[in-house]
Amino acid sequence: MRIRALEISVGALILAGMLALVALAINVSGLNLSQKGGGYTVYARFDNIGGLTERAKVSMSGVQIGQVSAIRIDRKRLMAEVEMQIFDDVDYLSIDSSAQILTAGLLGEKYIGITPGFEDDLLENGMTIEDTQSALVLEEIVGKFLFNKVSE
Amino acid sequence: MIQFLQKLGAKTLNRVAAVGRAGQLLSQSLIAKPAPMMMLPLLIRQLYFIGVLSLVIIIVSGLFIGMVLGLQGYTILVDYGSEQAVGQMVALSLVRELAPVVTALLFAGRAGSAVTAEIGLMKATEQLACYEMIGVDPMRRIIAPRLWAGFISMPLLSMIFAIVGIWGGSLVAVDWLGIFSGSFWANMQASVSFSEDVLNGVIKSLVFGFVVIWIAVFQGNDCVPTSEGISQATTRTVVYSSLAILGLDFLLTAMMFGDF
Amino acid sequence: MAQLNDTHIEVSNLSFWRGERKIFDDLSLTIPRGKITAIMGPSGTGKTTLLKLIGGQLTPDQGSIRVDGDNVHALSRRRLFELRAKMGMLFQSGALFTDMTVAENVAFPLRVHTDLPESVVRDLVLMKLNAVGLRGASELKPAELSGGMARRAALARAIALDPDFLMYDEPFAGQDPIAMGVLINLISRLNRALGHTSVIVSHDIQETLSIADYVYLISDGKVLAQGAPDQLNGSEDPRVEQFMKGRPDGPVPFHFPAPSFKDQLFGDSQ
Ligand SMILES: Nc1ncnc2c1ncn2[C@@H]1O[C@H](COP(=O)(O)OP(=O)(O)OP(=O)(O)O)[C@@H](O)[C@H]1O
Ligand SMILES: [Mg+2]
Repeated sequence: MRIRALEISVGALILAGMLALVALAINVSGLNLSQKGGGYTVYARFDNIGGLTERAKVSMSGVQIGQVSAIRIDRKRLMAEVEMQIFDDVDYLSIDSSAQILTAGLLGEKYIGITPGFEDDLLENGMTIEDTQSALVLEEIVGKFLFNKVSE
Repeated sequence: MIQFLQKLGAKTLNRVAAVGRAGQLLSQSLIAKPAPMMMLPLLIRQLYFIGVLSLVIIIVSGLFIGMVLGLQGYTILVDYGSEQAVGQMVALSLVRELAPVVTALLFAGRAGSAVTAEIGLMKATEQLACYEMIGVDPMRRIIAPRLWAGFISMPLLSMIFAIVGIWGGSLVAVDWLGIFSGSFWANMQASVSFSEDVLNGVIKSLVFGFVVIWIAVFQGNDCVPTSEGISQATTRTVVYSSLAILGLDFLLTAMMFGDF
Repeated sequence: MAQLNDTHIEVSNLSFWRGERKIFDDLSLTIPRGKITAIMGPSGTGKTTLLKLIGGQLTPDQGSIRVDGDNVHALSRRRLFELRAKMGMLFQSGALFTDMTVAENVAFPLRVHTDLPESVVRDLVLMKLNAVGLRGASELKPAELSGGMARRAALARAIALDPDFLMYDEPFAGQDPIAMGVLINLISRLNRALGHTSVIVSHDIQETLSIADYVYLISDGKVLAQGAPDQLNGSEDPRVEQFMKGRPDGPVPFHFPAPSFKDQLFGDSQ
C-alpha cells in the first residue's frame, strides 16, 4: 500500500513536469502548432521596419489576425519585405488594405496594424499589400523637427 | 616557504585525484550493464525521495519569486508607461535564469545534501561494503539509481518552478495591480521563444541536475566514514554544487545567449 | 590433485600497511576446505583486515590471496563480484541494511542471486531466522533490534545463500550464554552438514576452540602459532599460553604500540 502511494506520487511528479513543459510551450512562448500549417501568406514592403521582429502580431482594430513569419530585404527594391501568416478565418481583407508598423505603448513591442480598404477583390495567398506606412523612428522625427526649425 | 609549496602541491594532487575518482565513479555506475527489472523499482523509490519530496520547497519558492518579480517589474516599468511588458520580464527572467538556477540551488540544499548524508552513513555503517560482499555492486545498486533520479527530477522541478513563478507573477500583475491580462500574456508570448528560451532553460536544468547529483553521490561515496566526515561531505556537496551551478550558469548563458 | 582441492584459501607472503603502520608482515596461511578455521589474536592485530583482504575489499601491498586458485586481486570487477556471491561474511558491525526489515535483509541475497519464487524465498527466510531465534522479529527494522539481535540477524543473512565459504567476524560478541550455545551449534552444524568452509574470528577462546578444526594465532602481523585446538591448548610457548589463559601479564602486549607511559606522563613536565 505504501509502495503504491510512492509510485503514484512519482507518476504525478512526472506528469506535472510534462504539463509544465506544455504550458511553457503554449501559454508562455505562444507556440501554436496548428498555426504553422494554417493561414495564408501575405507580403508587405516597408522602407523601415524599425525593430519589428519575427512572430510579432498582425492585428486589425487591435484584434490579432495573424503573425509575422519572416523578415528579409527585397534585393530588387532594396526595401524590407515582411512575410505574414494571416489566419484562415480572416477572409475579409480587400486588396487595397493598408499595413502600418505600430508600437504598443511608448516602449512596447512593434506590431503590424492592418486597415481594410474598400475594393471587392480580396487578398489571397502570396499577394502583396501595396499601401504601407513604415515605423515611426524617433530619431527621424526629431531630426525632421530640428531641420524644419533651422530652415524657418 | 618549502613547506607551503609542499602543502600546495599535496592539495592540488588531492584535488586532481578526487576528480579522477569522481570520473571513475560515474563510469562505473553508468556504464555498468543496466539490469532494468531490478533498476526500475529502485529508480522510482529514488525519484520519490529526490524529486517528489523536493516539490513543496520548489513550488513555494517559485510562487514567491514570481510574485516578487511581478511586483518589482511593475514598479520599475510603470515609470516608463510600459507596465504591460511585466509579463515578458517575469517570463524571460524565470525561464532563462531563475527557474534553472534557483531550482538547482534549492535542489542541492534539499536533495543533494540528503543523498550525500545517506550514502556517507551507509559507508560508515559498512552497508556499502556489505553490498559488495553479497556480490552486489553498490555502484549499480546505490549510486546509479540516485544519479538517474537526480538527472530526471531536476528538469521537471525546474519547469514546475517556472510555471508556478509565472502564475505568481500574473497573480500580482494582473489580479492585484490590474494590468490587462490580454496584454500581459500577449506580450509574454511575443517575446518568449520556445526553441531559444524554454529549451535553453531546460538544457541548463539538465546540466545543473547532473552536476549537483554527481557531486552529491561522489561526496557521499568518498567521505571519511565518521560523523565528522559525513558532516563535512554534506557541507562540501552544498558549497561545491552552488559554486558549480553559478559558474556553469555564466558559461551556458554566454554560449546560449551571447554572440559567439 | 586431492592435495590442491583441500586448500580453499591460500594467503601467501602477504604484507599490508595502514598508512605508516605495517599490519601484516609476510603473512602466509592456508584455510582448508570444508573445515572450521579459527583466527585469533589480540585486538587490533588485523583479523578484520585479513577478512576484508580475502573478500577483495582491501588490496595487499605485497603478496597474494588465492580463493579456489584465483588470485582475488587480479580478477576483473565482474569476476570479483561473481566470486563474492559464493562467499558469506558476517561483519563485525553487523551492517544490516537500514532501509529494509529484518526479513528483507535476509531475503536480499536470495532475491539478487536466485530466481526462486517469492513463496520459497519467504520460507527460506523464516527458516534462517528461526535458526537464529529471530523469526518473531522478521518485520522489525534494524534500528529496533538490540546489538545481539542485530548480530544474529546479520548472521542469518550471511548464511542465507548457503555459500561455499563463510567468514564470521565476532559472531558471539554481545550474545547471552544461551544464544551463544545456539550459535556455536548452528555454525558447527552448517559446517558438518553442508561442508562449508568457515573462518571464525572470535575472542571467546574456549567456545571457538570447541568447534574449530584448526587455529591460527596472529600477533604483530605474523602467525604466532597454529595447529589443532589441543596443540595450542597444550602449547609451552609463553606467548601462546598467555593468550589462551587470558593473563594480563606476559610477553604479549596488551597496549597499542606507544611510547613508554612513564615517559609520556613525566617526559614533558621538565
Ligand atoms: N580504516 C582504517 N584506517 C587506518 N587504520 C585502520 C583502519 N581500520 C583499521 N585500522 C588499523 O588496523 C589495525 C587492525 O584493525 P582490525 O580492525 O583488522 O583489527 P582486529 O584484529 O579486527 O581487532 P578487533 O579484534 O578489535 O576487532 C588496527 O590497529 C587499526 O588501528
Ligand atoms: Mg575486528
